[in-house]
Amino acid sequence: MHESRTFQVIRAVGLTLLTVFVLAPLFVMVSSALKPLGDVQGEFRWIPSSVTLRPFVDIWSTIPLAKYFANSLLVSLAATLFSVVIAILAAYAVSRYSFRGRGFFRMTVLSTQMFPGILFLLPLYLIYVNISQVTGIALNGSRLGLVLTYLTFSLPFSIWMLAGYFESIPRGLDEAAMVDGAGPMRIVWRIVVPAARPGIVAVAIYAFMTAWGETLFASVMTNDSSQTLAIGLREYSTQVRVYWNQVMAASLVVSVPVVVGFLLLQRHLVRGLAGAVK
Amino acid sequence: MLAGIVMSVLRLNVFFLRRWLEAPFVGVENYRLAIDVNGGIGRGMLVSFGVTVGYTLLVVGLSWLLGIFGATLLQRRFPGRGVLRTLFLVPYAIPVYAAVITWKFMLARDDGMLNHLLDQLGITDGTTFWLLGDNAFASIVVVSVWRLWPFALLTLMAGLQSIPDELYEAAEVDGAGMWQQFRRLTLPMLRPVNLVLVLVLFLWTFNDFNIPYTLFANSVPPAANVITMYVYQGSFQTWNFGLGSAMSVLLLGFLLVVTLLYLVLTSRRSRHA
Repeated sequence: MHESRTFQVIRAVGLTLLTVFVLAPLFVMVSSALKPLGDVQGEFRWIPSSVTLRPFVDIWSTIPLAKYFANSLLVSLAATLFSVVIAILAAYAVSRYSFRGRGFFRMTVLSTQMFPGILFLLPLYLIYVNISQVTGIALNGSRLGLVLTYLTFSLPFSIWMLAGYFESIPRGLDEAAMVDGAGPMRIVWRIVVPAARPGIVAVAIYAFMTAWGETLFASVMTNDSSQTLAIGLREYSTQVRVYWNQVMAASLVVSVPVVVGFLLLQRHLVRGLAGAVK
Repeated sequence: MLAGIVMSVLRLNVFFLRRWLEAPFVGVENYRLAIDVNGGIGRGMLVSFGVTVGYTLLVVGLSWLLGIFGATLLQRRFPGRGVLRTLFLVPYAIPVYAAVITWKFMLARDDGMLNHLLDQLGITDGTTFWLLGDNAFASIVVVSVWRLWPFALLTLMAGLQSIPDELYEAAEVDGAGMWQQFRRLTLPMLRPVNLVLVLVLFLWTFNDFNIPYTLFANSVPPAANVITMYVYQGSFQTWNFGLGSAMSVLLLGFLLVVTLLYLVLTSRRSRHA
């Protein structure tokens, strides 16, 4: 296709500016994580005066980072797993069967995107307090409570997105399997799930990232033993002078796994989104 | 959610937290407090609401503009396209608190990069407070756009892929230039994607808590005191949960009205078209 010279110039300039905008914080994060403490307090330095890996060692002892890391990982993985399984079943039901209240269900799912998280926070908090009192199961302040909470907001979007994706799978496939005598469960796991893999991967990434980055509920519903990274990382800044090199090193450590996972799987995400928007 | 509405009519404070169903019924008093612009709480809520509306419009607008700009530039093959596409998605992939903490460091008055840069360029003397006072508003907008525009980019790239190349070829044969192709072909074809995208961006931004909370913690300056922070302070710092619930319900009502209006208006226009 023909490209004008002007377009090529605009593209070069535009993409350069976007790159600088995107890269600036990443540069600060990586370079500062390699600086000795003196370099990050007082005047900012573009290049470290000496490169050190010390911050990566110190982060584990300044605060109980490993514990927060384990909590985040456990909560996020559990939320992702439940979210994906439930979303697959629900989305299949929504896209294949017509039942009473189907339209209403779809509207409800979409409208949950409207709810301010803070509206859920108070009721869930108090309900958890009540359940804990009545049954003795400690939901408030526990990892289980956090998992349940994250499900309530990752599920609607996941179901909505998967249902859109399932629509694009020809029904002929289901029907053929049904003729062969497969039950609904078999059809879901053997036919629909493999065909919808990109959509499912997209939903899993979404659920994991939501849980891994969530701050509001984690700030209220955790205690010392269940605190996640989102809250834990703030402990670095309680000192009079912030250990910015350690903060950046810790941020880098918690970012790398999700970013790598996300980038490896982003093709699926684009396809999943395209399937859902259609 | 129902519990939220029930709580909004109770005088629910720390004394009744453990047995909140026994809290005294106060009717619409919480709502009256929340919307009474002559009272301190109501006026604060109104100001905070104004801040949030400005913040949301700016963030959604800028994120969409950067998204469509980037998606258009990346639409055709050229060397380095794959690398840039991946790189641009990184801000969206990083956990929000890690990204925002980094911004906080960059914006710090004495230790930060921004002041140092401005000083080196001779623009300011490098002593500006970016996280206090009125500058905080600009800071939070920039941070939110940085975080959100990749989502717009991702969605719009997916949308662009679904437009068949033949349409562009046909337009070219008809003598349409780049800009005309964009206006007459790309924008109309992206309409369904845009409708969903703008709505989702709006709701996410309006309801966002992670960014302001991580950026400012418990000392958010008035210029950047978005509504979610205001409700949070109202509920968890003063322990007045009934009032917090009432404010949340009012917000939900507002969002419902805006969303319905948006859906009705956009569907009517597409029917006419």
